[in-house]
Amino acid sequence: MDKDNIQVHLMKSSKATREDYFGKTICYLCIGLITVLVGCILYFITSRGIATFTQNHVKLGQFLSGTNWNPGVLDSHGNPEVGALPMIVTSFGVTILAALVATPFAIGMAVFMTEISPKRGTKLLQSVTELLVGIPSVVYGFVGLSVIVPTVRHIFGGTGFGILSGTLVLFVIILPTVTSLSVDSLRAVPVHYRQASLALGATRWQTIRKVVLKTATPGILTAIIFGMARAFGEALAVQMVIGNAVLMPTSLVSPSSTLTSQLTTQIGNTVMGTMQNNALWSLALILLLMSLVFNLVVRVIGNWGKHKYES
Amino acid sequence: MNPKRSNQIATGTIFGLVAIVVLILIGLIGYILFNGVPNISWHFITAEAQAFSAGGGIRDQLFNSLYLLILTLLISFPIALGAGIYLSEYASDNWITNVIRTMIEVLSSLPSVVVGLFGYLLFVIKFGFGFSILAGAIALTFFNLPLLTRQIEESLRTVPNLQREAGMSLGLSSWKTVTGIILPAAVPGIITGIILCAGRVFGEAAALIYTSGQSAPVVDYLNFNPLSPTSFLNPMRPAETLAVHIWKLNTEGVTPDAHQISSGASAVLIIVILIFNLGARALGSYTYRKMTATK
Repeated sequence: MDKDNIQVHLMKSSKATREDYFGKTICYLCIGLITVLVGCILYFITSRGIATFTQNHVKLGQFLSGTNWNPGVLDSHGNPEVGALPMIVTSFGVTILAALVATPFAIGMAVFMTEISPKRGTKLLQSVTELLVGIPSVVYGFVGLSVIVPTVRHIFGGTGFGILSGTLVLFVIILPTVTSLSVDSLRAVPVHYRQASLALGATRWQTIRKVVLKTATPGILTAIIFGMARAFGEALAVQMVIGNAVLMPTSLVSPSSTLTSQLTTQIGNTVMGTMQNNALWSLALILLLMSLVFNLVVRVIGNWGKHKYES
Repeated sequence: MNPKRSNQIATGTIFGLVAIVVLILIGLIGYILFNGVPNISWHFITAEAQAFSAGGGIRDQLFNSLYLLILTLLISFPIALGAGIYLSEYASDNWITNVIRTMIEVLSSLPSVVVGLFGYLLFVIKFGFGFSILAGAIALTFFNLPLLTRQIEESLRTVPNLQREAGMSLGLSSWKTVTGIILPAAVPGIITGIILCAGRVFGEAAALIYTSGQSAPVVDYLNFNPLSPTSFLNPMRPAETLAVHIWKLNTEGVTPDAHQISSGASAVLIIVILIFNLGARALGSYTYRKMTATK
């Protein structure tokens, strides 16, 4: 039995519906693509990063706690010398120090922009932070190399390359990130909290310290973590001023090497699939895992903040 | 200490901190421009780079940076647009959306050197692109996507719901509403977002060292055939960008006037990015006025 034309026409989806499906499909494909890409990154870096442990049979504990980094050489027990501890310590060292230096400045800037300054000052500082964000990290590295390193050498002796110079460069790099996120979280504190506090006769500083900063604590912590994630992953600027000697750092001005600096300088000099190369990919895996950890911490703090506001 | 006194001290400290940051910025920009601008000349911008002798320029690097930027935006913008539309218009509040958002967050917080290494592993080696502009552009796409997607989503979200309701009440399909009403209204925000991302991409180097490579072979600017290996348009040739050039000069360069070249190149880099930022703001407000009939 043939359906007549009208029935066919009526049973078909309309042009609008088809367009809708078409558009929706495109959007779903795009978002699917992004998800697949992230999956790919995680898979490929992980699969290469664990080769050191699966193919070359290095023990994880040895990798994380050894202090000799010389992947091409075997030690007296016949095991390759792949102790990543000096780089891990240096990476965490510069990250934490940079965050410690940057936090007071960032909070000062944020408080100034949201609580103290008139509108024009806020606008000015807004453009200052945007400008700082815009400067590429190689330029920071270059300025660090030509200004900070000689200054550090002059004042503290040594070569000038080392954790101290790395910290100073990273401090400027993460400052705008931490500042702008802190500003967001201070802005999110409702105005009536401040009004209530001021109406009780509190001074401006009392209001800021006991009401505004307290309420915004989760947001500020998130800002600091984001800054640390940025600092941990920063490669070239740090590489240019840290000295790149894989040694356990003994002082703030002794040359050392971070995970990122070791990766950027060495991976081009090794052959794919060799022990040296696998060890470097394991460093990349550590970086990847740390970035995931930072993400997780931000999430936990976010939930805690939500909980705090709602109860 | 009485509250009044501590109030004064705190305010003073905050003013001090802010002043230090502003001084750092002025010192930084001042240093780069004062050292760099005297090195910028027509010769500097149009001459080839020299590896072993003084007096080299940055012509190829500057061109590579711009070409890479355009290629990256061509690849990443459509994807980010689709993803942005999905997140702001279609995404329902369930676990799938949650997973996707987490993925985007993860992507945006990955260190750029990890993204670069991934590009090296997959495109340069596995797919056999070799060090090429295309591999660099794809790696930068990764780096760019989360930022751009979020920008587009934000600017779509700021379009008032009334506009969506108006579209629906006219009997338009939701896709028509999005493309015909919501997108045009969000164009100023999207343009600003693109230009800001372009600034980030322009200065990026860590993701490029092992994807687009560190060498700038001589190219012929009159050869318009993109398949020819000497053509400036060929996306499969290795290309050193300006930011990578600065890095290389300062780490392993043997060029005698490395310092002058890197100060000049840094100044060029910063000036271009400043132009991008100011341009983004101006263009954003201009299109906003044009398209929304606000005075």
